[in-house]
Amino acid sequence: MHIEQIEILEFLKRHTPFEQLPEAMLEQVASETDVRYFKAGSSILQFGQPLDALYLIRSGAVETFRRTGELYNRLSEGGIFAEQGLLINRKVRFPATALEDTLIYLIPADRFDALCEQSDFFADYVEISDEERRKHNPNRRADANELMTSKVSTLLSREPVTLPYTANAREAAIAMQQAGVSSLLVLGENGVAGILTDRDLRNRLLAEGLPYQTPVQDIMTTELVSISHQRFVFEAMLLMLRHNVHHLPVLKDGEPLGVIAISDIIRYESKNSLFVVSSIFRQQSVAELASLVPDVRACFVRMVNEDANSQMIGSAMAVIGRSFKQRLLELAEAELGPPPVPYCFLALGSMAREEQLIVTDQDNALILHNDFDAARHDDYFRQLADFVCQGLAACGYPLCSGDIMATNPKWRQPLKVWQQYFEDWIKAPSAERLLHSSIFFDLAGVWGKVEWAEQLQRQIRQLAAKQPLFLASMARNALQRTPPLGFFKDFVMENDGRHNNSLNIKRRGTAPMADLIRVHALAIGNSDNNSFDRLKAIMQAGLLPRGRGEDLRDALEVIAMTRVRHQARALEAGEEPDNQVAPEQLSDFERRHLKEAFQVLSNAQKFLKFRYQGARG
Amino acid sequence: MLYLGPAKPRHQRPDDPKVTDWPQQYQQLARQARNPALQQYYQAGIPAGETPIGQVPLLAMDFETTGLDARRDGILSIGTVPMQLDRIYSSQARHWLLKPKFQLTAESVLLHGITHSAIEQAPDITEILPELLQQMAGKLVVVHFRGIERPFLDATLHDRLGEGIQFPLLDTMDLEARLHRARPPSLLDKLLGRQPVSIRLADSRRRYGLPDYRPHDAVTDALACAELLQAQIADRFSPETPLSELWR
Repeated sequence: MHIEQIEILEFLKRHTPFEQLPEAMLEQVASETDVRYFKAGSSILQFGQPLDALYLIRSGAVETFRRTGELYNRLSEGGIFAEQGLLINRKVRFPATALEDTLIYLIPADRFDALCEQSDFFADYVEISDEERRKHNPNRRADANELMTSKVSTLLSREPVTLPYTANAREAAIAMQQAGVSSLLVLGENGVAGILTDRDLRNRLLAEGLPYQTPVQDIMTTELVSISHQRFVFEAMLLMLRHNVHHLPVLKDGEPLGVIAISDIIRYESKNSLFVVSSIFRQQSVAELASLVPDVRACFVRMVNEDANSQMIGSAMAVIGRSFKQRLLELAEAELGPPPVPYCFLALGSMAREEQLIVTDQDNALILHNDFDAARHDDYFRQLADFVCQGLAACGYPLCSGDIMATNPKWRQPLKVWQQYFEDWIKAPSAERLLHSSIFFDLAGVWGKVEWAEQLQRQIRQLAAKQPLFLASMARNALQRTPPLGFFKDFVMENDGRHNNSLNIKRRGTAPMADLIRVHALAIGNSDNNSFDRLKAIMQAGLLPRGRGEDLRDALEVIAMTRVRHQARALEAGEEPDNQVAPEQLSDFERRHLKEAFQVLSNAQKFLKFRYQGARG
Repeated sequence: MLYLGPAKPRHQRPDDPKVTDWPQQYQQLARQARNPALQQYYQAGIPAGETPIGQVPLLAMDFETTGLDARRDGILSIGTVPMQLDRIYSSQARHWLLKPKFQLTAESVLLHGITHSAIEQAPDITEILPELLQQMAGKLVVVHFRGIERPFLDATLHDRLGEGIQFPLLDTMDLEARLHRARPPSLLDKLLGRQPVSIRLADSRRRYGLPDYRPHDAVTDALACAELLQAQIADRFSPETPLSELWR
């Protein structure tokens, strides 16, 4: 059959969501597609105009607008528009204008409907409403027991070491020594004939007194217990236990992919966050603690690869961070002696919110007993703070650039001073004063008299909700950092149409999101620290318009997971993780989700302004 | 007949028809034609020269041929794409492979990828002529470089039916030439070694931001030509421009 519209077909094959469709379906689409050219600056679609096609940009660039005239999106080659209108009433919802000379492929509305029906992927991409689309993106699997969900192939790190059956025992031992393995596969005429392990050499050669020239086929194990590469790690473990073997060849279509040893499983489990935490408490010095950094990072990457959600990852990393602090304080007290007065070590910011990732400053403080006498006691606490902060820096938590650390005398004060701080911040607020102290409203006790932390939280809860001026100042600060509008080609697009090469996903995404949620949480006197928990309480309090809370939760998850994945990608590539995301690192799918999440954040910021600042603006 | 109108910089070709009133010409041709398909084609008529281009149904057309000489070479394939100024109906595109009367040369096989075996089963143009003329009926033909489709169709019909075909057309290469070849290169251009702007299909398209298509497939070339016409009209004409200013 002659495919008449070969160019259209080839173009479809290169672009989401069409690339996912079967060839026959694409041929159908290509054969029904019409074409139209628009000169730069000309109007393509006007609001309310009847729609008979999905618009796909073949070349050029297009801007779509809200009815208010506000820029809604900017699209380039491969971008689609008019899908919202097609789905609702076949009328244009977002007017469109050609930004450059543009060639449009028009896919008939009926074919569009058919594609939505025939392909879930296509439907997911275009049909599910913006809100729904965000909900479907994050993997919300609550329980990720890694042994149950990981395939054995993830444990393989090297090609199998093999030897022909004609080789002798000494050659086998040399091969094992050189490769640094405890087993090798013996190849016969038709594939794997057996396995030879350390134990075989000991029991069947040395103990029997056989010569080194004994052929390996005489001492190898021939009743081979093996496992398919697609089985789960826990099945491999069960198989080893049942057959009492320590080595398991992994086969794919009968061909050996490698061998896993029981030590591989133990090493794998060591990347488990619980394992990391327990090993933190066994370390005897700062240097030993610092040696765990690769384990922490591996644990982070592993959770990402196992589809943990941002809340699971954030709290696991926070638990690890807290454990480091606790162990460092134990070590400090062992070195400096018992504290002269009781104290409470505070975690602030993302660690208190349990939203910690890999790249994260340490933010901490010390609450001291009210009997604290600086002249007599501060020497001790200064040394203690110094020990912990330097220790944390060695363990991968850089010193806080804003000097919000227990080493700063201002943040190493008796409880009554802290109570006064909070009273001043809340009762005599100004945006300037609060700019650098909003972090103190996310606080958690880590060590010592943790009940003092709760006491401060109670105080905040009681005061804040009744102070509109305080909330207005916090809201004003929460609006200082805004998300970008979206992406255009490989650039980040700002609201004024400017382009940037990359975006700081923390500064432009997770941080303004946490700021915004914090203001609402303070307004309702909520005592949670975690943004997701706060959001739940905010929704229950009925503070937000219907549906907005769910939107915010999903948007937060999308933005947080983008940040998480970005850092995991860097770690896997052996690079230093950061928060600077370049659009070319994101898939089309991620970009669309992220853009919509930014939109939700932006709307939520508008609501915040309206809610707490009223006419003052 | 030597007087070719006012001395406008219009690049007349010797084989351009010297017809002033096309609707009347069609009526006359409808009476003269012997072949019923041709009769029907002419009876469908053609818009008058004063009709605005925006109101005219168009048909972008491209032939792949065995060579460039209409008297000696044959048509290998025909691609047509109906269009208007506001839409190219590529969904209604048609493609015909034809068996030419003349031998395929090695070069043309290389160029079009149409091989001996592919055209072995292909029909002669007379078999598809009614369909082709039906596609053309009432529409103004659009080509890029008018030295191929019209002369080849005319010569082929002369050969098979003993009577040719006449029709006006829009030539996107001509529209490009009017812009870029309005005057012969000046001495300065020659001194500076300035190359004249290329008015080939692919180069012309690039000037309007149109994508690169693989050439030498009749339907793709017809589509490429259709897109170029839309771009040209959007760029420096308007839907109100009368046909007489555009057609040849």
